[in-house]
Amino acid sequence: MNYTAKAPSAGRVLALRVGLVAAMLVAWEALAVSGWLFRDVVPPLATIGRAVVTLLGRADFYANLGATASEIGVGLALGGVCGLAAGIALGANRFVADAFEALLHYLGPTPKIIFFPVMIMWFGVGAGSKIAMAAISCFFPIAISTAGGMRGIDQVLIRVGRSFRARPWQMITKIYLPAMRAPVLTGLRLGLGVAIIGTLLAETKLSNRGLGYLIIQAYSTFDMPRMYALLIVLFILAIGLNALIGRIGRART
Amino acid sequence: MIAAAGAHPRLAARAVGVASLVVVVVLVEALIRSGVINRFVVPLPSQILAAIPRIVMEENVLHRFWQTTQEVLWAALLLAFAGVGLGVLLYRFRILRVACETWVAALAAAPIVLMYPLFLVIFGRSATTIVAIGFAAGVPAVILKTVEGLAGTRQVLIDVGRSFRLTGTQQFRMILLPAALPSIFVGLRLGLIFAMINIVGVEFLINFGGLGQLINDLAERYDLPGTYAAICFVVLVSVAFFAATERLERMFTRTA
Repeated sequence: MNYTAKAPSAGRVLALRVGLVAAMLVAWEALAVSGWLFRDVVPPLATIGRAVVTLLGRADFYANLGATASEIGVGLALGGVCGLAAGIALGANRFVADAFEALLHYLGPTPKIIFFPVMIMWFGVGAGSKIAMAAISCFFPIAISTAGGMRGIDQVLIRVGRSFRARPWQMITKIYLPAMRAPVLTGLRLGLGVAIIGTLLAETKLSNRGLGYLIIQAYSTFDMPRMYALLIVLFILAIGLNALIGRIGRART
Repeated sequence: MIAAAGAHPRLAARAVGVASLVVVVVLVEALIRSGVINRFVVPLPSQILAAIPRIVMEENVLHRFWQTTQEVLWAALLLAFAGVGLGVLLYRFRILRVACETWVAALAAAPIVLMYPLFLVIFGRSATTIVAIGFAAGVPAVILKTVEGLAGTRQVLIDVGRSFRLTGTQQFRMILLPAALPSIFVGLRLGLIFAMINIVGVEFLINFGGLGQLINDLAERYDLPGTYAAICFVVLVSVAFFAATERLERMFTRTA
């Protein structure tokens, strides 16, 4: 066995990728027509394709997409601002970081969806509880990433700001934020991912609008092609948005 | 001396952190008692504390905890075998790695847990669904870190193996695997954390299983102190889990 083989040519890699995708599609289609699984659990590809086209042609899809996007957007703005403020406070002061950063570190990865019953009691069953879910989901990665970014700022820049007697707000806008653009964007990217998950899971649990609601409605009515179509569109949107923020981050740094 | 001098402010800071939490709890208690915060929305912290022994006894928390632990253990087992196995496969066949690594990375960023209705249809409302989602959420991290660890093996070690004319299997067992173990363990830890988060989350969403279901049950009964106590319990379990895996990882990386 040779563990240090040469890099394969681009053509061979492309051929393998196409082959793998084709094999997966053929396997899917074979499973769909085999009758091994309960009807419609694995629908034929053409049926899923039609469901995607139908979904994208319906006005209610865009209305629900708008509802979800607005919940995520507002939640991300609220959680982002709070996360940024907390991150700056933690990163700027070692004592504050020693006192409170462990809390963020450990609470960050807990499953946020378990707070949903509390969010319903505080903000009701409407958009408020979903916005709150998005906000608490994205708060932690943004705060942790910002705190790390703050600590990584070149001390010379901070001394320059102080020597110009910059006010705290000027320090934040002229020194801190521009110097830690990359970690803030990374935090935002991570935050966006978890905000999408938090909002959509909350919508699947209790809502009457949004993409999460559409998914759970498709499940309840056993409309599998529609559910696959929704999941495909959702995954494309989530991965695409994530890649877009990543690209913006790379372009700006 | 310097370390000791640094330790005191850190201890003082941690004490301030804990004291601040206590102050917040006392403040919330006072605000609720004075009617500023509605007690039908936020129960008294003292009621929440009192509810903990009640839910431990009446809601069979230990049994639920064991159910969730079992699901996490099954997911861990799958992650260790399938995740590490797939990582080794990707490393072994370079072309497969070049072709698929970006796909695995994309999968790591995908909101897999949103597919839970699909898993419900395929596996039914059962522990299998919960374990499958936990596994699916954790496996990309394990694969990526396994490949990273194996690919990061120093060339000199591989050359030493060659000079001893080790067979491929021996090379893997004696050189590559020991060199990659710290990275593999990091991957397993990350995978386990993702699995645990998703397992508790899905238990809550589909109202099945252990600790996640407990929160859902109590919330549906509008048992406010019980709901808050159960959430605190799950948060504490999560924190203990992360701390334990972190310590294990540190121990393991030191000895590897």
